Amino acid sequence: MTTPTSGSGQESDRATTSTKDERVASVSLTNRLIVRPEIGAALGALVVFLFFSVITEQFLTLSGVATWLDDASTLGIMAIAVALLMIGGEFDLSAGVMTASTALVTALLATQAGLNVWLALLLSLVFALAVGGFNGWLVMRTGLPSFIVTLGTFLALQGLNLGVTRLVTGTVQVSGMRATEGYESAGMLFASTFSIGGQPFRVSVLWWILLTVIAAFVLVKTRFGNWIFAVGGAPTSARAVGVPLVRTKILLFMTTAFAGWVVGSINILRFASVQANQGIGLELQFIIAAVVGGCLLTGGFGSAVGAAIGALIFGMARQGIVYAQWNSDWFMLFLGIMLLSAVLVNNALRRRAERVRR
Amino acid sequence: MSTPLIEVRNIGKTYGNVIALRDVSTEVRAGEVTCVLGDNGAGKSTLIKILAGVHQHDQGEFLFEGKPVRFSSPREALDAGIATVYQDLAVVPLMSVWRNFFLGAEPKKFGFMLDGRKGRETTKRALAEMGIDLRDVEQPVGTLSGGERQCVAIARAVHFGAKVLILDEPTAALGVKQAGVVLRYVAQARDRGLGVVLITHNPHHAYPVGDRFLLLKRGAPLGNYTKAEITLAELTRQMAGGAELEALEHELRGVQTS
Ligand SMILES: Nc1ncnc2c1ncn2[C@@H]1O[C@H](COP(=O)(O)OP(=O)(O)OP(=O)(O)O)[C@@H](O)[C@H]1O
Ligand SMILES: [Mg+2]
Repeated sequence: MTTPTSGSGQESDRATTSTKDERVASVSLTNRLIVRPEIGAALGALVVFLFFSVITEQFLTLSGVATWLDDASTLGIMAIAVALLMIGGEFDLSAGVMTASTALVTALLATQAGLNVWLALLLSLVFALAVGGFNGWLVMRTGLPSFIVTLGTFLALQGLNLGVTRLVTGTVQVSGMRATEGYESAGMLFASTFSIGGQPFRVSVLWWILLTVIAAFVLVKTRFGNWIFAVGGAPTSARAVGVPLVRTKILLFMTTAFAGWVVGSINILRFASVQANQGIGLELQFIIAAVVGGCLLTGGFGSAVGAAIGALIFGMARQGIVYAQWNSDWFMLFLGIMLLSAVLVNNALRRRAERVRR
Repeated sequence: MSTPLIEVRNIGKTYGNVIALRDVSTEVRAGEVTCVLGDNGAGKSTLIKILAGVHQHDQGEFLFEGKPVRFSSPREALDAGIATVYQDLAVVPLMSVWRNFFLGAEPKKFGFMLDGRKGRETTKRALAEMGIDLRDVEQPVGTLSGGERQCVAIARAVHFGAKVLILDEPTAALGVKQAGVVLRYVAQARDRGLGVVLITHNPHHAYPVGDRFLLLKRGAPLGNYTKAEITLAELTRQMAGGAELEALEHELRGVQTS
């Protein structure tokens, strides 16, 4: 019995004979690109940056830069966490509404229960981690797709946000944070500004950069990062060699919830009030930013830096369109084209990397 | 003679009322390859799943290094030194060769960091020691050929100190040349003193590397031979079931002429 061997004959020759240097030259470039999922996003960001720098006046001014960096920052904080989760093979549709839930918990505890803002923030964090842990536990326990499980959490949180807010305040918003104890000091951490060349920049930009660095480090330089790729790429194989699958995935869900808490805290301390219906629809933007940054929808591949760049593209395009005085409808068209091209590029890369030759 | 690494005596296993395996005896010695041959459904996988701790036997005896054992999980078997390589299992295609090599046993630096340099160097060295020459341990495992991937999995088992290496149909999906490459690494592992259990339904793959041949048919032993006791032709004939083969040949001739 001989299997037809189109090409596989050369493969085994290559494995046995050793003319090493020639082979390295012929394959290394494409393989290097495969292991760099953020390349496409970086090129895209460069194009968008140059485009709006040329066609608008304000884009490249300090105040322009501060504006689009601010826009990108909170999206970016979420996108990197969502990217880690996606690399781990799961989705979190409750991530958008979580930014509102955490802000509401903080605001209600501070304004209605009269707690110190710091304590309110701490309890809000506990709440976020509990929801994230619950998402992860339920996904692992039931074996259901996280898409469905977190859709449930998304709806439940949305209902809770509105229901509880209306019950407690009689309206659909919580305000009055400014009068609470600890608002000023907590605001220093989450909502202050720093100045470069006389132009104030939002501290959220620093949070974004810091969390990107941490996420990128964890992903490529720690064992946990190795496990994230493994549980997303081939869960049964990962488990077979002793990777703690359940723990890894639950921690990833808790990470997106944590990011939701950071963004919720930034929002509540900056605007001092929060709408109960905030955050809905953002979850898709996070996923889009992660995909544009090179994450595969199927898991096992992607980059935190890429997701941060994906968010940057978002911010630049959204503000650039404003500066160019176009109708914001064009943003959606731009988004659609970008998403499709990113998915096509990612898919081609994955094919290359996953090409199974026997 | 020394104690075999693994010895099974009249081992049996039933799934509900299906008798998957009965009265099977064989042994696996250090530096030897025990081949398990048989048709589809003969019980080959069932036997190795018992050895690998996935299932437990319900008849007979399973001795590991002379002591009766009963592994309750693959982890337990692995800790005892029995590593199993399933076709296509235990590699993550999109991850690099060295990350796959160390997956679940990552080299650490400062307690929590991944020691990438050590990982790459060790992987390269471990593969080279097995005579496997890869261009680049940083490339995704998915870009390797099926044979190369089997070799990485074999090298990993050897590196992490397995005493017994079980391979479930490692050559099943491979072309002739690739199967040859994998068999060479099977011989390598054997020469390094591991006891190897090689499952296959192809006597031409088994005979060149095997020292002992266990033939199974419908869960029962059809024969258990050392290499000196059997020729390739006889092994092939027995596997195909002798008379059955002749009937088959007759049938095939009918197909050709009509
Ligand atoms: N989990 C199970 N439950 C019930 N019956 C099973 C189970 N696993 C195997 N069997 C039965 O036991 C018998 C032996 O199966 P086994 O998988 O060991 O065969 P095999 O020799 O590995 O075959 P193949 O060459 O197809 O891999 C078969 O009749 C099979 O249907
Ligand atoms: Mg089988």
